[in-house]
Amino acid sequence: MEFFKIKKDIPFMSYGRLTTSISLLTFILAVFFLFSRGLNLSVEFTGGTLMEVQYSQAANVDQIRGELDKMGLDQASVQVYGSAKNVMLRLPNKQNANSATLSNSVFNTLKVGSPDVQIKSVEYIGPQVGRDLVNNGLMAIAFVCIGIMIYLALRFEWRFAVAAILANMHDVVIILGCFAAFQWEFSLTVLAAILAVLGYSVNESVVVFDRIRENFRTIRGGTVAQIINNAITATMSRTIITHGCTEMMVLSMLFFGGPSLHYFALALTIGILFGIYSSVLVASPIVMWLGVSRENLVKQPKRKEEAVV
Amino acid sequence: MSKFPLWKYFIILCAVVAGFLYTLPNFYGEVPAVQISGSRSAIVVGADTIAQVNASLKADNIQSIGEVFDGKTLKFKFSTTDTQLKARDTIQQALGDNYIVALNLIPASPSWMSSINANPMFLGLDLRGGVHFLLEVDMDAAVKKTLDKYVGEVRRDLSNNQIRYGSVAVVNGSVLIQLRDEATAGQVVNQLKKDLPKLQASLDGNNVKITVSADEIQVIKEAAVKQNILTLHNRVNELGVAEPIIQQQGPDRIVVELPGVQDTARAKDILGRTASLEVRMVDDDRNALNQALNGNLPFGEQLLDEVNADGSNTKILIKNDVELTGDNINDAQPGFDENGSPSVNIGLDSVGASIFKQVTTNNIGKRMAMVLVDHGKSQVVTAPVIRAAIGGGQVQISGAMSVQDANDVALLLRSGSLAAPMNIIEERTVGPSLGQENIDKGFHSVLWGFLAISIFMCVYYLAFGVVSVVSLGVNLLLLIAVLSMLQATLTLPGIAAIALALGMAIDSNVLINERIREELRAGLKPHAAIEAGYGHAWATILDSNVTTLIAGLALLAFGSGPVKGFAVVHCLGILTSMFSAVLVSRGIAGFLYANRRIKKLYI
Repeated sequence: MEFFKIKKDIPFMSYGRLTTSISLLTFILAVFFLFSRGLNLSVEFTGGTLMEVQYSQAANVDQIRGELDKMGLDQASVQVYGSAKNVMLRLPNKQNANSATLSNSVFNTLKVGSPDVQIKSVEYIGPQVGRDLVNNGLMAIAFVCIGIMIYLALRFEWRFAVAAILANMHDVVIILGCFAAFQWEFSLTVLAAILAVLGYSVNESVVVFDRIRENFRTIRGGTVAQIINNAITATMSRTIITHGCTEMMVLSMLFFGGPSLHYFALALTIGILFGIYSSVLVASPIVMWLGVSRENLVKQPKRKEEAVV
Repeated sequence: MSKFPLWKYFIILCAVVAGFLYTLPNFYGEVPAVQISGSRSAIVVGADTIAQVNASLKADNIQSIGEVFDGKTLKFKFSTTDTQLKARDTIQQALGDNYIVALNLIPASPSWMSSINANPMFLGLDLRGGVHFLLEVDMDAAVKKTLDKYVGEVRRDLSNNQIRYGSVAVVNGSVLIQLRDEATAGQVVNQLKKDLPKLQASLDGNNVKITVSADEIQVIKEAAVKQNILTLHNRVNELGVAEPIIQQQGPDRIVVELPGVQDTARAKDILGRTASLEVRMVDDDRNALNQALNGNLPFGEQLLDEVNADGSNTKILIKNDVELTGDNINDAQPGFDENGSPSVNIGLDSVGASIFKQVTTNNIGKRMAMVLVDHGKSQVVTAPVIRAAIGGGQVQISGAMSVQDANDVALLLRSGSLAAPMNIIEERTVGPSLGQENIDKGFHSVLWGFLAISIFMCVYYLAFGVVSVVSLGVNLLLLIAVLSMLQATLTLPGIAAIALALGMAIDSNVLINERIREELRAGLKPHAAIEAGYGHAWATILDSNVTTLIAGLALLAFGSGPVKGFAVVHCLGILTSMFSAVLVSRGIAGFLYANRRIKKLYI
């Protein structure tokens, strides 16, 4: 079986202007949402208490809200998730209050109303920790970008490094933009997913670059655009099948992984879809515009210096 | 196609056999067990203990299904959790308080497996349930406490040498001793240099100032964290947790993980409490008390609450000078006083005993207060009248306490006090039902994803699809084996990383298969096409895995908590996938096609 029986090279580079405009547009849209709506940061970053409780019958959300209001926690959010029996409570950190014991007192209050309530999980993050996590997250992204650029610059050439990082940072911004636009919860695991997908899509660009380099060596003549077109066409089948397989795994997590893995899988899905697009249709045009040529990649054999007698 | 060398087959064979061996323990599940260890290092668990436990179990007719002894802890396996619970009570009763008897789950795999270190993966708290705390030590309080201790030492030294002083107090991070004149101050400096050489005493006009250097503050801070970790160990042991983790993280933070603990409220209470005992004298002057109640506090005294039997509080005037602290306590046990109300019986060390004797001798007829300082709140537990001098270092405190209070206070005094208060800055609690749910969900994600990929690969690439699926299976096997071998903590993000590793690992196989097809299309013979496919793909596989590995390492370096669990598995998954894609799939292809004439390649 074969999905892609392409006889002629597809002239991807002549669509360069179109594809980059589409990228630019989605990019601007993503940035717009990031600034206008902002990320819905999880408790891990903002600090606060997240409690999951389970009732033996459907939970009475209004009653729970009332009880929390009475405790002076009117900023708390109460949300049913999964089934009607599960309730998620989000309690922001209060100044000068001993937040660590807050979950205990809330649970005791809930227990008075309905003795059958059970704690499924509690997560409390103090304000100090949240700040550290944000810093570490930014450090990690910086580390990945610099590390990948150095590697690509050594293995290929600086033009490829710049193109790959630009294309993939554009993916990261678009994932963030989606999370901002739909107000999905941005947690530490989502950050992990984004960094993993960053490494993964760069790998996509690497495959295309690798082929470009090989083509420069093997195909005599032909313009840079033709060589890039051939490289993309030749690797396209592999690109789509690989990503399809990875996506199958990710969808399996989205459907079977439950709420804990939901946003993780969602971030990966978006990342993989845009990863295909950007590494093929964004990275390669950038490489071309940066002026890559055969001389950049194929080392000229050094002329032997003959001894003059 | 060149022949695949024999030694490479040998490597693959070794890896797969080892993979099977180390993955196997994960399928046996766990059995309930009771774990026994000494509460102090001096208490050794040995053959005697085994005999003692066996005798007590036999007496109560409880059947154990085996025991494991690793030289330090002793574990008895039981077939059901019911017998496990019964056995715990029996064993605790038989062994007494010197042993920690805790419930645990241990792998049900045969013992020869654990002897070659083949154990199931170590599950994180989100999969097995339990509590995780991140505590931050209040360093300012640690420094202040040390300075307060110096104040006490200086005061005692000056009294012993009969030097009259105005006051000794902490002022702006140093200890200031107010004296009558410069001559006395000089005398004090010399005296302190002789008696307390560790203090840096210097003249400051008529006063003497004791300063603390930055180096010393650093030492105090490090000591505070160490002391707190030690105390936490003692307290956690008292709680009876099977496999606690207590570690320093950064300069002033401590991580505590208590698997299986469900009563988080009590765990939090016991861990975070800074209870320490202070013996101070009571000012029984009625006028002074009335004045104090009107807001006119006499100098050097404090108005505290005394708890009554009915739970109400009475105000009582207490002197600030601390005669004795909990640091001099050797042992504390709950008990009952002569009236049958709960009490705490305290044994003092020799220094404590002599101070206590001196204090009681000097203050016959006066009242002495036992003040419990907990979370910055001081409360008078009891304030008895001293009828006679008390020597021997045995002290009983009883007051308005419930049996539970007496137990808790005894536990806290026994396990030592914290060098400085700590705040919980992060908490994660996972109930046991959620843990199992997470395991199931993670398992299903991997299973269905793997099946979907397998079916697709077999349909799309035919024979080479099967080769890819087998090598992907080997990848999964090796990954789980490596995780079991390293005993790395597996969390839910870790399971997600396993799934993702498989989803990404298929990339290498697709790359190889596509390349083979392409070479066939270009007109190469089957053997040459296979050879070229694997040969060309290798460089690309290496490149693409290195970039993924860079991202994985960044997560490992900067991630914390759930991200770290993800990163470990992610990085290991990349390594195993490189091995299985390049070596294993190549090996299988070689095995299938190397010595045959192939007319048509099914790909």
